[in-house]
Amino acid sequence: MPQLSPEDLLRDGIRVDGRRWNDLRPIRMEVGVLDKADGSAYIEHGKNKILVAVYGPREAHPKHIALPDRATIKCRYHMAPFSVEERKSPAPSRREIEISKVIREALEPAILSEYYPRTSIDIFIEVLQSDGGSRCAGINGASLALADAGIPMRDLVAACAVGKIAGQLALDLSDAEDKLGEADMPVAYMPTYDSVTLLQMDGSFTHDEFAAGLELAVENCKKIYQMQKDALRKQYIEAGKEAVAEGGAGPKAVI
Amino acid sequence: MGVPLFVNRRDVVTPGDLLAEGEFQPGENALREGNRIYASKVGLVDVEGDRISVVPLKGCYFPKPGDLVIGRIVEAGLTGWEVDIFAPYPALLPMSETYTRGHASKTDLSTIFSTGDLVMAKVIAFDRTRDPLLTLKGPGLGKAFGNRLVRISPIKIPRLIGRKGSMINMLKRETGCRITVGQNGIVLVSGRDDKSERVAVEAIYRIEREAHTQGLTDGIEEMMRRELGR
Repeated sequence: MPQLSPEDLLRDGIRVDGRRWNDLRPIRMEVGVLDKADGSAYIEHGKNKILVAVYGPREAHPKHIALPDRATIKCRYHMAPFSVEERKSPAPSRREIEISKVIREALEPAILSEYYPRTSIDIFIEVLQSDGGSRCAGINGASLALADAGIPMRDLVAACAVGKIAGQLALDLSDAEDKLGEADMPVAYMPTYDSVTLLQMDGSFTHDEFAAGLELAVENCKKIYQMQKDALRKQYIEAGKEAVAEGGAGPKAVI
Repeated sequence: MGVPLFVNRRDVVTPGDLLAEGEFQPGENALREGNRIYASKVGLVDVEGDRISVVPLKGCYFPKPGDLVIGRIVEAGLTGWEVDIFAPYPALLPMSETYTRGHASKTDLSTIFSTGDLVMAKVIAFDRTRDPLLTLKGPGLGKAFGNRLVRISPIKIPRLIGRKGSMINMLKRETGCRITVGQNGIVLVSGRDDKSERVAVEAIYRIEREAHTQGLTDGIEEMMRRELGR
């Protein structure tokens, strides 16, 4: 890749990958891709490729992590050694541990964990290929995988980032833009409750930029939310006919 | 009722979808937030009177008093057994809930059921704060036997049984196997020979996979006749 300079990021209002300032990268979502997990999702967000598996609710191990009034939520964000240009050590880095924590905290308000006290819900986010904004894509994938696992949730959580490149606000920064840009602000959002569940920022915004950026992020989280719903519906629309054929017969046992 | 309902019966909804506003009651997998009722799982809407609920399309087994389940003995304790019922919680089977005579303190419980044994049991109590309690007292309950254990999603169990047992009875008839189904998604299959068992197990997995298709009973019947060469 040729060496870019900050001035290259935005030329005549067009970014290095051909997007305008308020365009998202192309997103593809797939639900239920893993057989052994209780719920799973695969998400491509630009060049990011992320696989998410959810297990649970299941017995909490070791037992002392179990909480008496709700389920323990465990989250592991991990980048594969081959996910970045220079080989990454597979051991969890400081950055990955932090991202695991913020993703967990972004999802916790959505999960009705009090329905399953003393159990644990485990979320595994594997970044297979990374290109900036992977924590947001990870949150989007994890929401889908949680819903796919049949875990009760208040809402799906959608996330996207807003940044600043060449002095201008830009949506959904790629890795190159993040490194050469002036700011990056990931936002996770629950549209039904109009609540922000994650808000981080590095770099600097003016007050006005921050306000406009947050609005832009929220607006695009709503777009992503719609895609998440479509991905779930697509997976289950077929299964929906089952109940019609079944006439809602209650479960029974046969001895 | 002149109150707004935002969905139709059997619509597929996702968590956070607004179901209704006003004088509705949230049923299963629905929750009330102020004046509004939202879905909490992916599933199909069901409206009964003023009760609005979501029939889930996926999910783990969650014990309910009265359920008949197949469990596996994990450990024999001093007064009872710990049983894995394939739920988020381990179940307890006290010796007083079996037909065994004698006193628990004088008996080595592992001589009655030991690790790995299967039991058909009924859930008698469960309220999330304590682990589910099982009983073996009741018709058809007790030690369960089977040559093959199949685990499917508990949500697909109604489909495996079929309307008035049509599917399961057809499976039994065609393969000649004894098939035991627990509400927790465990199915035990025993037959005269290896082949009929294999065909039955294959059919059970296919029912789980293709639960949504119509005319499945006929398709499975045809498949089994072909496989069994009749």
